[in-house]
Amino acid sequence: MPKITYITSENENHTIDVDNGLTVMEGAVQNNIPGIDADCGGGMACATCHVYVTEDWFDKLPKKEDGEEDMLDMAYEPKKNSRLSCQIVISDELDGLKVNIPSKQG
Amino acid sequence: MIKTDAIIIGAGPVGLFTAHQLKLIGLDCEIVDNLDKIGGQCIELYPDKPIYDIPAVPECTGKELTKNLINQLKPFDIKFHLSERVEEVKKDDVNWIVKTNNRKIFSTPNVIIAGGVGSFEPRKFPVKECEKFENKSVFYSVKDKKIFEGKTVAIFGGGDSALDWAVELSKNSKVNLIHRREEFRGAQATVNKVHALVNEGKINLFTKYQMTSVKGNGKLESIGIKNDDDEKKNIKADYALGFFGLIMQLGPIANWGLNLDKKTIEVDTEKFETNQKGIYAVGDICSYPGKLKLILSGFHEGALAARACFKLARPNEKYRFEFSTTSKTLLKRLGKKE
Repeated sequence: MPKITYITSENENHTIDVDNGLTVMEGAVQNNIPGIDADCGGGMACATCHVYVTEDWFDKLPKKEDGEEDMLDMAYEPKKNSRLSCQIVISDELDGLKVNIPSKQG
Repeated sequence: MIKTDAIIIGAGPVGLFTAHQLKLIGLDCEIVDNLDKIGGQCIELYPDKPIYDIPAVPECTGKELTKNLINQLKPFDIKFHLSERVEEVKKDDVNWIVKTNNRKIFSTPNVIIAGGVGSFEPRKFPVKECEKFENKSVFYSVKDKKIFEGKTVAIFGGGDSALDWAVELSKNSKVNLIHRREEFRGAQATVNKVHALVNEGKINLFTKYQMTSVKGNGKLESIGIKNDDDEKKNIKADYALGFFGLIMQLGPIANWGLNLDKKTIEVDTEKFETNQKGIYAVGDICSYPGKLKLILSGFHEGALAARACFKLARPNEKYRFEFSTTSKTLLKRLGKKE
């Protein structure tokens, strides 16, 4: 099972096993990782599952689909490496992925 | 003080259908919503996105679903209180006293919270100092555009609200439009208009920039912005307008003495009642073992909560289950029979 590391804004690391096919958002919510709200439940409609993907990983992820960048306009302090974690589907290739959680979701 | 059999907090799909159920069984109700329109998340988050899992409706958008639910309420007289946020729910001797931010007061034995993920509030600037200027020099909506005449305004955002106001205010103000990337998500016609005004020098456009600081003494004087490559700029501004859409906040609901599980309210699955007698929660905001956040589940929850309301609203009457196909009483309420 791929291991995903969530780093909170206080620099706490949470490394957990997440099943293939789930999203990075679901991995966080199901394991009570603080800081990912996912108000809309994964519908790409709220921008409250915003994460920063560490640089070495950002380019390895499948590209953003239409609409994700639009939603990121509304995220709290978006950066170049911002993604919505509900749009990142876990697979073996993502084993070891690290994401930083912003200090707020809105 | 407005007296009613039940107050519904939230005019989303579940709140609307719950109102239908209450009226059908002969109870009065009033609906309060913080948004200025009916429809909740359906209208605010996905008005044009198709939904495929409403039973017997193969495909409909959030807007269409809302329209149909409003149509279904046509036989009934239901009072909506829009742009009102419920601030306080307190018990007097018998009833719940519900107060809104606009000082409306209701007295009712039943409060049904159909609040989705809470109330929609504008997303604010991440820069904390903006709070000092809020509603004076920093705004998240425009109430009176006259105050901007002859002034320098910094508009942040890339959607329709930001672009529409940039175009409108550029007639009588000096407009700086700041957006975090080069693409805009507003309507193409408006985007074209903005670019034309930029070429004419009527709008100063800063793309790939975001706010880093605000300065001023009582009134806003300047704004610091920074781009992706860490280049900083300082722009003069009398006003800042932020259009980053809305975010859902649980808000005052957290203070009503209800058992919460994260941002949801714990209920039983018989009446969808909370730990407070006469306060129910239905739709996305309620939680119980096996809860599914589907609109169809909310309809079920609302139908049962409505029946539970009957007991408290009509303590001396007995509720009789009836079908809308055959019951004369129900058909009369629906306006189908004399």
